[in-house]
Amino acid sequence: MTDATQGSAEALETQTAASETTATDASSSDTAAAASAPSSIEPGVPGVQTLSLAKAITAGLREAMRADHKVLLMGEDIGPLGGVFRVTEGLQAEFGDKRVLDTPLAESGIVGTAIGLAMRGYRPVIEIQFDGFIFPAFDQITTQLARITVRHNGTASMPIVIRVPYGGHIGSIEHHQESPEAYFAHTPGLRVVSPSNPHDAYWMIQEAIASNDPVLFFEPKSRYWPKGPVDQAHAGVPLHASRVVREGTDVTVVGHGAMVATLLQAADIAAGEGRSLEVVDLRSLSPIDYGPLLDSVQRTGRLVVAQEAYGNVSIGSEVAATVAERAFYSLEAPVLRVSSFDTPFPPAALETEYLPSPDRVLEAVDRALAY
Amino acid sequence: MSARERDFTAPTVQLLTPEGELRPTPEAEAYLPLVEALDDTMLERFYRDMAISRRIDIAGANLQRQGQLALWVPSHGQEAAQVGSAHAARPQDHLFPSYREHIVGIIRGLDPVNILALLRGATLGGWNPAENGNFHLYTLVLASQTLHATGYAMGLQFDGATATGDPETDAAVLVYYGDGASSQGDASEALVFASSYQTPQVFFIQNNQWAISVPVSRQSRSPLSLRGGGFGMPGVRIDGNDVLVSYAVTRQSLEEARAGEGPSLIEADTYRMGAHTTADDPTKYRTDDEVEYWARRDPITRYRTWLEGRGASAAFFDDVDREAADVAADLRRRALDLVAPTREVIFKHVYSEPHPLMTEQSAWLEAYESSFEGGSSA
Repeated sequence: MTDATQGSAEALETQTAASETTATDASSSDTAAAASAPSSIEPGVPGVQTLSLAKAITAGLREAMRADHKVLLMGEDIGPLGGVFRVTEGLQAEFGDKRVLDTPLAESGIVGTAIGLAMRGYRPVIEIQFDGFIFPAFDQITTQLARITVRHNGTASMPIVIRVPYGGHIGSIEHHQESPEAYFAHTPGLRVVSPSNPHDAYWMIQEAIASNDPVLFFEPKSRYWPKGPVDQAHAGVPLHASRVVREGTDVTVVGHGAMVATLLQAADIAAGEGRSLEVVDLRSLSPIDYGPLLDSVQRTGRLVVAQEAYGNVSIGSEVAATVAERAFYSLEAPVLRVSSFDTPFPPAALETEYLPSPDRVLEAVDRALAY
Repeated sequence: MSARERDFTAPTVQLLTPEGELRPTPEAEAYLPLVEALDDTMLERFYRDMAISRRIDIAGANLQRQGQLALWVPSHGQEAAQVGSAHAARPQDHLFPSYREHIVGIIRGLDPVNILALLRGATLGGWNPAENGNFHLYTLVLASQTLHATGYAMGLQFDGATATGDPETDAAVLVYYGDGASSQGDASEALVFASSYQTPQVFFIQNNQWAISVPVSRQSRSPLSLRGGGFGMPGVRIDGNDVLVSYAVTRQSLEEARAGEGPSLIEADTYRMGAHTTADDPTKYRTDDEVEYWARRDPITRYRTWLEGRGASAAFFDDVDREAADVAADLRRRALDLVAPTREVIFKHVYSEPHPLMTEQSAWLEAYESSFEGGSSA
């Protein structure tokens, strides 16, 4: 990328981020953000705050940095600017430029030096600016970060978190709307998680930072701005647990990240048509906690797996195969997948036709029920 | 000559001529006091370590030919670059090797059987740098370690473990890579980060002229030392077959780094006399004349000539030869005694914390293996 295109791309990114912030900050908490949080959390209860997912991560980062002085942040434009999505806003002012590092613009360099810092006892938290820009670091992540512990026979651990804003629905340009999580879930030695709501985001970022293993932390950027309740006193389920976020009886639908909001919308529509969907939020993509999902499928007998990523060789493929293996006698219909198409993310003008919508989920629900 | 600058040359800093005379080049004069400060024991140690390195090289190649190692990575010809630079580091320093720096590890206190275990397919490395002279693990993906070293050096800065003014405790980082690896993006990114954060660090490029079968001219049209300047740090080109200059320039660079003067780069011009690894056939890509040229510049021969001129006795050299043979024989014995790891090793340290797939799959493998008649448990 030349300087000129880099400059204009970043200007556009900032613009996009800023305009989205303005557009959605005005609206109060949306139903999906509130609904996918644990049901016990009610705004107005002491200790429960209403935050956007982005600001919940900011709050979680702040807590982690206060709790452990070895936690430091690294990334591009994360200092005075606070990141293109403003997730690190105010943190350099609070913790200084030795703990919030505006690095050179080189993703492999960021991950590679973070590995050295972790060898020295630090707990680096990296921000990759956009999903599509993680690939220059792919080698350091897969051949180094993921293997340092096993290469050292367990005498070295790699407590590194890589935060990745990901996914579509923001109308942006190429490489800014990708869902690359499966590449990392495929790699032994890494852990991969993705919160769907502000409460989970607040706690999961802190749990990821506390983990002694490397964690890829995928942040659903289309969910950055809607607000929801965050109980800062009670975490709820552990980092790698999946969770039923809406109970139902007819069909189980499962997804992660921004897809959970789509599934909840689909469940609302289905309820109006007299169909009861149970919605499961995977939360963790590596490892995957199959317990709640298998339990749900044993009750409903039907499963639709939905994701923004390409369908071919995806998280959804793995979930479908595993559920087919483990819940074969409970299934009344084949496990069906709803994904984006196996093409590069198209020009944003086409994203609503490209990304799975509530209607596309319901089309699969209909097919599952037709068996 | 056009208006554009086309002089991409760099002088080679040399103290010891190929004939074994101490005759510093103009650029080397400043380094002479560092050599003059070395006592006889240290000067003899340089010779001893180079001789051991060469003897281990023969043992390693033989073990591979006998089917006892998957691979051997020879360092014949590069002994001066490695021994001199390794002795330049202080105990508190951290060294990040590529995968050819066997004698550097030994000098730092690593039992070389660890390296043979790696090349025998018994481990993925496995030694703990903290217990082995801060000699970090071999890294087989070229130039990856340059970034790890830079991050480690940043950590030293953040910890205040460097640049306090006390060379006895202030730490620095020495990272090794080669002419081939210099083309990797990570090598350039490491120079960017090191320069940007002014890390206490020395980049030590062993330019052994060949990246397997491709000559250095394909990697760079100019001496690699000039890359330092492009990134805003000093770059020095040295005769990598001169153990004294390798020691002195690395020593000086590390002392500057630990004093807070920032990173620097050294290009050690040397030659890989043998194959890249035992899987390679160098007769396919290089000429006898070239090999002969470098044989006349042999690092051990020239240093021995110089030591003899200073009065080292024949008995000393005999002792070293005997010791090197003993070290190699002992290593060979212990390599043959290495046992294959048990199967739980597949799963054991993939994660630091419990992981359901590891638990599940190791239990499955255990049950599967045990299901056969005469099946063993791990």
